[in-house]
Parts: sequence; C-alpha cells; structure tokens
Amino acid sequence: MILDIFGKAVKFGDNVNTDVIIPGKYLELIDPEELGKHALEGLDPKFTQKAKDGVILIGGKNFGCGSSREQAATALKSAGVRCVLAESFARIFYRNAINVGLPALECIGISKKADEGDMISVDLRSGTVENQTTGTTLKASPLPQFILSLLEEGGLIPHVRGLIGKR
Amino acid sequence: MPGEIVEANVDMAMIHDLTGPLTVDSFHKIGAGKVWDPKKIVVIFDHLVPPSTIRAATLQKGLREFVKEQGIKSLYDIGQGGVCHQVFHEKGYARPGELIVGADSHTCTYGALGAFATGIGSTEMAAVFTIGKMWFRIPTALKIHASGNFRKNSTPKDLILRIIGDIGEGGAIYKGMEFTGSTFTNMSIDGRLTVCNMVVEAGAKAGIVPPDNKSMAYVRSRTKKPLKPIRSDNNATYEDTLEYDAAKLTPQVACSPSVDNVKSASELSDVKIDQVFIGSCTNGRIEDLRLAASVLKGREIHNGVRMIISPASQEVYQQCLKEGLFNTFMEAGAIVTNATCGPCLGGHMGLLAPGEVCISTSNRNFIGRMGSPQSAVYLANPATAAASGVVGHIINPNDLRRP
Repeated sequence: MILDIFGKAVKFGDNVNTDVIIPGKYLELIDPEELGKHALEGLDPKFTQKAKDGVILIGGKNFGCGSSREQAATALKSAGVRCVLAESFARIFYRNAINVGLPALECIGISKKADEGDMISVDLRSGTVENQTTGTTLKASPLPQFILSLLEEGGLIPHVRGLIGKR
Repeated sequence: MPGEIVEANVDMAMIHDLTGPLTVDSFHKIGAGKVWDPKKIVVIFDHLVPPSTIRAATLQKGLREFVKEQGIKSLYDIGQGGVCHQVFHEKGYARPGELIVGADSHTCTYGALGAFATGIGSTEMAAVFTIGKMWFRIPTALKIHASGNFRKNSTPKDLILRIIGDIGEGGAIYKGMEFTGSTFTNMSIDGRLTVCNMVVEAGAKAGIVPPDNKSMAYVRSRTKKPLKPIRSDNNATYEDTLEYDAAKLTPQVACSPSVDNVKSASELSDVKIDQVFIGSCTNGRIEDLRLAASVLKGREIHNGVRMIISPASQEVYQQCLKEGLFNTFMEAGAIVTNATCGPCLGGHMGLLAPGEVCISTSNRNFIGRMGSPQSAVYLANPATAAASGVVGHIINPNDLRRP
C-alpha cells in the first residue's frame, strides 16, 4: 500500500448509505470485480465509468451509513476508488474500508474545498490533503499508527495472518 | 476513557446467510484452519430464506458445510429460527454485560437486554473467528431520558423515530446511547428491542437499556448461563442528555428517503401507498403483530394495496397461530410469510416497482432499499402501517373509522 495517494475527485453529499453504494440484491456476489461493476449505481449510473482510472471519493457527513455490508467498501475499492475523504464516517463502513485496504480519512471541510474533477493528493502519514487544482491544503485527522500499519500490510487479512504466524 | 482504543475479548459472535459466506471466504484466506471457539459462534439463516436464487442456495450450502467442519452447534437453519435479531435473544445468546458482535448492523438490538452489542463487517468477523478479539474505540455516551406512558397506538417505535428525527441520521456517530427513565423501565422487552434496534440509524455504536429485573427475568427464562450485568457508574458523564415525554407522542413516520425525515402520521394523509410491510427485526415481534391485528380486526385492506406480514421467528409465528392472529390477517386480505428479512432489504418476497410506495415497520427507507431506486419507503409503527393499509394512504391509526 502506497501512503501517498492522488486522483481526481468524485463528489457526493451527506449520508451516502451502503444501500446506494451496493444494493441488497447484489449481496450474493463475493467476487470484488463483480461488486465493483455496481458501485453507487443507484446514485450515479456513470460512477463506475468515472472511477475506473482511479479516483478520490469525496463525501459529506456520515459517509457509509446503514448496513454492515463489507461489500460496500469492496465495491468502491474495486471500482477504482483509491481513498475516501469525508466530513465523517459511519463506524462500520470506516472499519470495513480499512479492513479491505481502502484508506478512509475524516477530513473536516473537504466537502466545501473540493469539487468534482479536482486533482486531490493525500498523504496518509501526516493526514495532509491537497487540492492541486485550487491550491488549497487541508489537514485531515491522521490515522493512528496501527491503522496505518494495517493499510500498509494490505488490510486485515494479511494483518491477522501475521498475528497467527502465517506470513 | 472515551476516545481510547482498547482490545477486547468477544463473548459471542453472530453471522447470517448474507454476511456469513464472505466471513468464511475471508476466514479461509487468513488460513487459521479452526475457529477460536465454536461455542461462541451463532449462525442464523434469515435474509434470503428459503433461498430465492441458485446462488443464495449455494451460499447457504457452503455455510452449512463450514458450520459442520468447525463443530459449531448453534446453527439456526431454515425452519429452526427466523430473523437473527429475534432468534439470537430468544435462544438465550444475548446476555447482560457481555460483548457481542454480529456481522449485521442491527446487532445493536441486544442492548435492550444490557449487552454491549455492535455490528461489524465480514472480514472483521473472520478476524474475530480467528483470534476472538478486536479493537474498539471507547465511545462517548448520549443519555435519552423518557418519562410518561404511551397513548393508544403510540409505541416505542414512535419514540425512537422521534429521537432520530431530532438528533439526525448521523446524530450519534461513534456514540453509545443509554435509555433511562420510567418510559423505559415500564417498557416491555419487545419494545426495548425495537428502540435499541434502531440506534444504528442515528449512527450509534450501541444502545443500552440498563439491565433490570424485567430484562434479567427474560434472559434467565432463555439461558442457564450465569449472568454478569453491568450498569453505568453513578458518576458517569454524558456528552448530552435528551428528555422525552412519551405521553405527548403521536404516531410518527420517517418519510422517504431518510430515516430522520420524521413527521406526525396525521400530516401525511396525501401519501398514497401500494404496499404495507409488517415485520423485520424492528417490528416483527408478537406485540407488534398483536397491535397490527387489533387494527385489522373486522376490517379489510384497501383495494389495490397489498399487505405482507412476516413474523420475526418460528416462535413468534407459533404464538400468532395460538392467538388466531393469522385469521385476522387473512380475513383482512394480508399475506403471511415465513420468518425472513426478505422484504426489508429488498432481498426477496415483496420488492417494489418504480413509482411504488410502501409503508413499512422496518428500519430503513434509503433510496432503493426495498426494490426500485424509483420507489419510496415510509417507516412507521405496526398500527400506523396496518391502518394505512386499510385506507390506502398514510393515516394516524386513531383516525380510522369504526369497522
């Protein structure tokens, strides 16, 4: 996992829930690639097209609220989302994102400082978020060290493999 | 201290047929071989039961095999249980003072019995299956203090809808919610389960009704395990305290498409409905179905409206049979399904077409939750849902004319 991330912004509002990220009818899917094809189709049918070359997802408050479905984080990652920046996260989504190796950073003010299509760079170590299009810099709450290491290892599966000596 | 990150041992872990297969997949990728403690794992089939697709059938088959090879005894297969957040406590697994995680967001329901219970994702669960513990950030707490008794056809559902309407969809993110006061001490176990079930809709990590004689007696009637209830310290601090008077509460409705868009049912008579769903882990319990039956008795569902009723468990189903509730539902023109989550999550049995409107006793009205992204869901208590089915639009059940 690279801790310096950049990409074009794709922006959504407050309370983006896991049902719109991946509707219940797709929960039988396990293959990340299949899930990725349906990411956010309820909110923006063109999302997967926009995301395929790698994007930074910008959300408002309470991003990822609703169901515990990990498929939501997996679908976003697989669709091409490199990092989610939001004003705040619903806690299960936040954990799921980190666990599947999708960085999620609480970044207060981001929904006002980034527009769709802006070039955004994120330094996960320091929590510095830079909007290269507008030249503004924001400071996100930096991730605790153990979460950074978890992301560096590639998510929870490799981490637990390490814990039980399977690496 | 709030904000501190701790590692804690898990007392009980639950998966169901939709989050379970992914848990097993991640568990195999970890490669531990054996789960940490098969006695602490409960597996419940409820989301797509009986399976609605070949894929669902295949996933369930795989889960059965995993349960067998791991020596997990607590499997509630089709016909043995029902909706996980009813079955889990019916079978005595929700105990006060214990730390319970479930691969389902509504695991917070068990706070009604004094457990600290919260939802997690599938891979997180695979890690729990491997090492039996996980990290937690200690939440701050919000106190909800309510006094007074509910008026006719106002229920605990209306109270929790009102609370979420007041604090907002993300109003309790990362927080614990504690429910105190005479309204909660007088509240039935079914009602407390409804309240705690919905705390996640405000973003809360857990909702807790302090364990008392009533909840302890319920748990003791379901398990022989020794109980170790935990209550808040006398000098506990809360981020905020909100006060409610249950006696002032009228039937409430969360309007499409967000759970905090809460209005009084009386204001919504221009909302015409196509479908009524009475069931789910929020309101599919015996008291809920009795309430729906009390409204439907001697009445017929409005022409063009369909009503789907799903008792939350086999036990609730049997109790309905004993009390003759199904006769009332049938005579009114409703359909009764097996215990399942199906309609609530737009899984199967009762999906909505574009343009259709459903009034539902469940917990989520997100865009596309119960079917087409162009359909709409309104959340209400069972009396409001049943009454609306009778007149074909949303109505305060107290405004229904005599049959």
